[in-house]
Amino acid sequence: MTHLRTQPDSQGHFGDYGGRYVAETLMPLILEVEKAYDAACKDAAFWAQFDELARDYIGRPSPLYFAEPSTKHFGGAKIYFKRDELNHTGAHKINNCLGQMLLALRMGKTRIIAETGAGQHGVATATVCARFGLPCTIFMGAKDIERQKPNVFRMRLLGAEVRAVTAGAGTLKDAMNEALRDWVSHVDDTFYIIGTVAGPHPYPKMVRDFQSVIGKELREQMMEREGRLPDSLVAAIGGGSNAMGLFAPFIDDLSVRLIGVEAAGHGVDTDKHAASLIGGKPGILHGNKTYLLQNEDGQIEEAHSISAGLDYPGIGPEHAYLKDSGRAEYVAVTDDEALAAFQLCTRLEGIIPALEPSHAFAHVARIAASLPSDHLMVMNMCGRGDKDIFTVAEALGFDMATS
Amino acid sequence: MKNRIDTKFAALKAQGRKALIAFLTAGDPDEGTSRAAFAALLDNGADIIEIGMPFSDPMADGKAIQAANIRALAAGQTMKKTLALAADLSAAYPDHPIVLMGYANPIHYYGMERFVRDAKAAGVDGLIIVDLPPEENAALHGFCQAAGVHVIHLVTPTTDAARLRVILGRASGFVYYVAIAGVTGAAAASIADTQEKIALIRSQTDMPVVTGFGVKTAADAAAFGALCDGVVVGSALVDALLSAQNPLGGGSGAKGDGMSTLATLVRSLSGAL
Repeated sequence: MTHLRTQPDSQGHFGDYGGRYVAETLMPLILEVEKAYDAACKDAAFWAQFDELARDYIGRPSPLYFAEPSTKHFGGAKIYFKRDELNHTGAHKINNCLGQMLLALRMGKTRIIAETGAGQHGVATATVCARFGLPCTIFMGAKDIERQKPNVFRMRLLGAEVRAVTAGAGTLKDAMNEALRDWVSHVDDTFYIIGTVAGPHPYPKMVRDFQSVIGKELREQMMEREGRLPDSLVAAIGGGSNAMGLFAPFIDDLSVRLIGVEAAGHGVDTDKHAASLIGGKPGILHGNKTYLLQNEDGQIEEAHSISAGLDYPGIGPEHAYLKDSGRAEYVAVTDDEALAAFQLCTRLEGIIPALEPSHAFAHVARIAASLPSDHLMVMNMCGRGDKDIFTVAEALGFDMATS
Repeated sequence: MKNRIDTKFAALKAQGRKALIAFLTAGDPDEGTSRAAFAALLDNGADIIEIGMPFSDPMADGKAIQAANIRALAAGQTMKKTLALAADLSAAYPDHPIVLMGYANPIHYYGMERFVRDAKAAGVDGLIIVDLPPEENAALHGFCQAAGVHVIHLVTPTTDAARLRVILGRASGFVYYVAIAGVTGAAAASIADTQEKIALIRSQTDMPVVTGFGVKTAADAAAFGALCDGVVVGSALVDALLSAQNPLGGGSGAKGDGMSTLATLVRSLSGAL
């Protein structure tokens, strides 16, 4: 496994962002995770085990698919999908869960906790916990439990305890607070599998590294297919893990445009969106400094997106750094645009995308026609849409019970 | 650097007493009641008050103080109002040090330098910022040193000797020993474990050491106070103020009852020290 081009400093800072903003009780644990991860990084056996399970359990490498119908439909750039929705459990989340689980085992931890919003990270965590026989507790906002019942049932089938979080608005940020409180209260035996490229160092770097399997495969696949690097990469961002995994191996290839697509909800000029980079300001939450949705007194605001997986008021600190440095560009797509893209992708490609990559596809739809036919564009199809059919049915006014 | 915190600990030491550090969240349940509640703490034996600066995401707090944060924000508490409360109390009780406790983001948003300047002007003697460990607080530390405001650090059961040196390198005023690995309002720690850790802290510093987290009753205050230079009580005071204001919680619903319940608890805590 080759290693990455941009690294945070020794304290986990990406420029001014990142770092370790946690209560003192957690500092020794965070330092222990960092030390263990550094050692694992240098251990070929660790990566050999990761690669083997990525192949046989997750089903990697995920295909690079030439989206010919979309290419013809838009009549511009040559569009490829990186098919991470074909992974076991239906999204990219499992890449990171596998890596962190192997690290937890290496550290001798016997209990796993995780936060989840839409439930995809919760399902992926419960899956690796079932596979390796560790008990796990998933913290999930009470409101999210209500709107994501199929994933709650999946987690319970897999043996996880799903704990409802009623604090705050009962969504992802509250679930993350509660997971941190649990970790502080169970410091000896517990490993916290954070689901995105956020949190205190080393999580943003570690999660990026595990997700970088996406970008590394793409690099090889594209060289084989087209004999050169892609011209642009497009990925949805909530916390930003699938985008970071896609972007990371290309950061130093300045010819490759990196485009992150945030969730604009009802619009970034309304109070109902989840676009932290475009509509937020730098601040400190959940262990890192990054862009946050917050009010004029520094209180964190609730995010909104039709996609529960993008519904988080923060963003991984490396994205904050890539935004400020201008290396990556960030755009936003509304709920309505994502819904239209969801349907378009389904009909054109015969692929029902999750609402998260539907945001990415909406941006592909915006720009593809204006690009030349030799422009190679890769969109990360980071999750499949089965989990979202109820949300989409409701938004389209389709009554599942009677139709 | 010396301020009212140092003077207070020296005076208590001369009297053979231990400090009662009493915490409430600013603006809980509303601005006026909160002002009266802090006055009740000071009128009934609190030596130092710790004013919680409300935050939407109080990650290190248990249910009692989380709820207090939410009530205060819902009632319209802001950083400016919290600083005004500190200024008001500082002027009315000039012998009692004031410590502000909270989370980094509202301060970061306010501007660290401006915050320290305004806090100093409000008569604040010390700051406890829960999620600013020594690795991340160089800027705040610099502004506070220049202003004569102590940056108080937490030491916890997970802190080993090497880590303790890092923390003490940045700490001033007093050392706050968090007796349990957990959130505020949890069950009390074991006396033996606390004693052992306080001995370790004492071996590395001459600063006063106080114990908090899980200290709820006069008996707890007496037991933990005997091990160190004072105790911090928070969740129990928040609960006392709340229960007496809530008719379903056993009080009459009148604000006056909340104050008397709070006052009785503070007197019994103070009497145990």
